[in-house]
Amino acid sequence: MAKRIDIANLDAYYGTFKAVGDVSLSIEPKSVTAFIGPSGCGKSTVLRTINRMHEVIPRAYVTGQVLLDGEDIYGPDIDPVNVRRTIGMVFQRPNPFPTMSISENVVAGLTLDGKKRSKAELDSIVERSLRQANLWEEVKERLDRPGGGLSGGQQQRLCIARAIAVQPQILLMDEPCSALDPISTLAIEDLIEQLKADYTIVIVTHNMQQAARVSETTAFFNLPGVGQPGRLVEIAPTERIFSNPTQEATEDYISGRFG
Amino acid sequence: MSTTVEPATAGTAEPISIHGQAVRRGDRIFRGVSLFAGITILVIIGAIGIFLIWRAIPSLQANTANFFTTSAWFPDQTPNPVFGIAALTFGTLFTAAIAMVLGVPVGIGIALFIAQYADRRLASTLGFVTDLLAAVPSIIFGMWGLSFLTPHMEGLGQWLNDYLGFIPIFRNDLNQYSKSILIAGVVLAIMVLPTISALSREVLTQVPRSTIEASLALGATRWEMVRQAMFPFARPGMISAAMLGLGRALGETIAVALILSASNVINWHITEPGGNTFAANIALKWNEAGPIGLSALIASGLVLFAITLVVNTIARGIIARHAEFRESS
Ligand SMILES: Nc1ncnc2c1ncn2[C@@H]1O[C@H](COP(=O)(O)OP(=O)(O)O)[C@@H](O)[C@H]1O
Ligand SMILES: [Mg+2]
Repeated sequence: MAKRIDIANLDAYYGTFKAVGDVSLSIEPKSVTAFIGPSGCGKSTVLRTINRMHEVIPRAYVTGQVLLDGEDIYGPDIDPVNVRRTIGMVFQRPNPFPTMSISENVVAGLTLDGKKRSKAELDSIVERSLRQANLWEEVKERLDRPGGGLSGGQQQRLCIARAIAVQPQILLMDEPCSALDPISTLAIEDLIEQLKADYTIVIVTHNMQQAARVSETTAFFNLPGVGQPGRLVEIAPTERIFSNPTQEATEDYISGRFG
Repeated sequence: MSTTVEPATAGTAEPISIHGQAVRRGDRIFRGVSLFAGITILVIIGAIGIFLIWRAIPSLQANTANFFTTSAWFPDQTPNPVFGIAALTFGTLFTAAIAMVLGVPVGIGIALFIAQYADRRLASTLGFVTDLLAAVPSIIFGMWGLSFLTPHMEGLGQWLNDYLGFIPIFRNDLNQYSKSILIAGVVLAIMVLPTISALSREVLTQVPRSTIEASLALGATRWEMVRQAMFPFARPGMISAAMLGLGRALGETIAVALILSASNVINWHITEPGGNTFAANIALKWNEAGPIGLSALIASGLVLFAITLVVNTIARGIIARHAEFRESS
């Protein structure tokens, strides 16, 4: 069920501002790909084009192609709502629904497809998803309590549980640990390690150690200059990016010789 | 020049003491002022209640009919005053209910359109217009209802009678369609609409972007996102908005007094003329009332006061039921 992603000649705009230009890259199924690069270079923007979340911002649009197992998700007969149902997303700041309980949060995506499910079935999905997200033991006694009452790290794992409850084919994560403490960060990194058995994962991170720890492939993005669109500099197996990158900019960035 | 670094000295300042009063003066003053304001409001509400009860007692003692089940209003009749609030309660609740049934969905719909669907220019224009409408004095609505809406509602009344007449409230046996509870309710609906939509828009625009995106990223359509992410978040505010509108509808005086043909009857046929409300009854009868008449009107005012308190208490209860889920966010 995990799918491959091929991005070809992608440009992403916010109104008249071109945020990233000419991105082409491929992502293998059941792998972890990390997007690294200085802030503002367009990592989040590219990530959000993969599930068509880019265009929910007023006047934002893209040109180019994003192929999911060969099919262009920007094709004319594609419904963005269905794209988002098959590609899960975890945001930088944990965003559980504040008015919902923990278990309601987990199944929030399931209530959207119109299928009727029994209480027992929903309960088992809640348990399975929370177990996969390594959160079950911590919350099983208080599934009917508000999701907002958890710690930041727990909230982020709840959001991961919510994203995987619908069994998506791809999981996109935008700096999922940037608001978390080191212990919670490790818990989420362990989780990514387990999830890649089932999902294609793309993770944006500003933390190079994290990219080195969790990913097989790393894509380095850069900003050629102020006001110019961000670029994909290179994409390669993670160990090669960190041991001998082909581009000077990449080497400067990973060795810390970079603003 | 010496290069030795002097040890940092505490200078002449006193070392900061960790002892002292835990509560600072500003906090104390603020707490005092809030407490005083809170008590003042309670005292004022209590004083109004006591005043109303005090002035109502003479007429209630003189009344020879049951105050709660009587519709007629002849408090100054001698020697046996007859009056009751049955028709007033019916008219007040029924007009307010019509106002709510029409005003709440439309008001929230307008708010939602402004907050989610309209582009920015249209949204700010519409927002401005609703705010403006909220400030229009009720006498204007009353005159408009009387001179414009009354003749134009005749067709609607006839249509309701012809096609929905099998539902008793829409039947019209008199073939007269003016000065009805329905028209009063519609005018009230238009009056409460801006209040409801202005306040609902306020809370709907406060729904965090991250919550909206969480829903969209799960594959919610726009409307599913509104129901999943926006309405639950904004619900307490929208209930408050509806309650403020209801308060205005229950207490509205002059517009209703102009539109309804004031007759203290209970008529379930809402398109027929007739009916009365607490506020309109007080306004229409105050000037010509004798001592018992005034006291009777005050007794009716006491009931209206109680109704609004009950309505607000219920609303608070509904809002509080979900408070836990919002505070933790
Ligand atoms: N909602 C938006 N509206 C306009 N410009 C935006 C928006 N979001 C991001 N940008 C711009 O797009 C560029 C890329 O941003 P982003 O993708 O968030 O970078 P990164 O995630 O690498 O830090 C930046 O110049 C940023 O200012
Ligand atoms: Mg980012």
